Amino acid sequence: MINLSEAIETNKMIQDENLDVRTITMGVSLLDCADSSLETCCANIYAKLLSCAGRLVKTGEAISRDFGIPIVNKRVSITPAAIVGASCCKRPEDYVEIARTLDRAACELGVNFLGGFSAVVAKGMTPADELLIRSIPEAMAATERICSSVNVGSTKTGIDMDAVRLMGEIVKATAERTKDADSLGCAKLVVLCNAPDDNPFMAGAFHGVSEGDAVINVGVSGPGVVKYALEQVRGADFETLCETIKKTAFKITRVGQLVAQEASKRLGVPFGIIDLSLAPTPAVGDSVADILKEIGLAHPGAPGTTAALALLNDQVKKGGVMASSYVGGLSGAFIPVSEDQGMIDAVEAGALTIEKLEAMTCVCSVGLDMIAIPGATSAATIAGIIADEAAIGMVNQKTTAVRIIPVIGKDVGESVEFGGLLGHAPVMPVNSFDCERFVARRGRIPAPIHSFKN
Amino acid sequence: MKKAIITVVGKDTVGILAKTCAFLAENGINILDISQTVVQGYFSMMMIVDVEGAVRPFGDVADGLAKIGDDLGLQAKCQKAEIFEKMHRI
Repeated sequence: MINLSEAIETNKMIQDENLDVRTITMGVSLLDCADSSLETCCANIYAKLLSCAGRLVKTGEAISRDFGIPIVNKRVSITPAAIVGASCCKRPEDYVEIARTLDRAACELGVNFLGGFSAVVAKGMTPADELLIRSIPEAMAATERICSSVNVGSTKTGIDMDAVRLMGEIVKATAERTKDADSLGCAKLVVLCNAPDDNPFMAGAFHGVSEGDAVINVGVSGPGVVKYALEQVRGADFETLCETIKKTAFKITRVGQLVAQEASKRLGVPFGIIDLSLAPTPAVGDSVADILKEIGLAHPGAPGTTAALALLNDQVKKGGVMASSYVGGLSGAFIPVSEDQGMIDAVEAGALTIEKLEAMTCVCSVGLDMIAIPGATSAATIAGIIADEAAIGMVNQKTTAVRIIPVIGKDVGESVEFGGLLGHAPVMPVNSFDCERFVARRGRIPAPIHSFKN
Repeated sequence: MKKAIITVVGKDTVGILAKTCAFLAENGINILDISQTVVQGYFSMMMIVDVEGAVRPFGDVADGLAKIGDDLGLQAKCQKAEIFEKMHRI
């Protein structure tokens, strides 16, 4: 029987420490919507989304009310759109039309983001993949709720450097195309390596072709809860520190598991995975950076940051895996800059640089995330940054990603406000030495030796 | 049986339990267990209840209870028991 202190503990986590379920994301396969006519394809997509996910938002709200736990986002991910539109899209504008259809559906469903305007081109691009990629700047400008991602490499295939080079240009073009909104389009565009098929978190969510027709994936969160638990054992040894994180992660994840199973039951859609991630928000007390500070760093970026983050990430997984029947997605601590007040403070204090963030991405999910850089940064430099991150992912057999925003018209010393969950960010300096001749090479980087396991 | 857990926390005052119980009785909700403490004027109470026979939908019961809490300057919640059981029991 539950006792009073346990009931109070749970409610304190929810009320004072920002415990929430960050997202219920329904993955929907749109493979059966493909058609040689663009009009029919769009009509099929709209109808399928409404029939599969029509009750998602209401069900999420009902679960939230029954258990007294906030479910912050209700979202949808779809089959990479490049595949769905392959037979009917002849020009980039055709893919933009698909994006508009998806945006209308997202609006009607009441979900705040729909992910999967994506192409998976780890080894090479089909003509359809390239058309979709070239449509991204216009699609991001023409829609409100659509998230786009491109997977440019994997441990098994190596890195498609043609796609990397193209994505450097596309990120720049997306920034330019949405410059009136501080290049906001780039906040909804992520370039990945080793992208998982079942990620519930935006902007990289898509419903991979290895998945079933529809699935419920849940992303949990709770950096504030971990921070509070660590405050209670301040100064303790590493064993106590790690055990505390593990136990807290277990409790957080059990809530996610409950919500996922309940959503699956009520919607009649199979449960996929729980994504064990510590996802911060700009709200005070909801910060991964604050955990690092509690572990003993003056600011993230100080020497010791990578070790502290590695420890945190590993303990979250160890606690979470025990608490859930299926784990997947990104599963790890997120270290976005603009979405975490502690990270913003660290950048403003001069403690945190892009290079240190890159090192941190070796030990946690996911990558260089929500980082504002000068608008004048060249497409080649952006491609170089993407290649570096992809190489870290490829060699370490982990997901890595780049979601950087070259803010057109802004430079180091200025800051940019994205609003809401996306937060605000100081523009960070980028290494200005040239990599043009490196990214201009054609072809792909071969898969690393340790990928040959057969 | 459909178990739910009611928690009421805040500054102690007269009639917290009386008002909560009256509300539950009106709504056909049976109380299975009560525990409460008052520490330095701070009231904490938990009830385990059976909402199987409730005459109103669960969400309305939770809202009604929250309102009683508001009127008394306290936080009153009614949540399905699974969230606590999942978190604290393997």
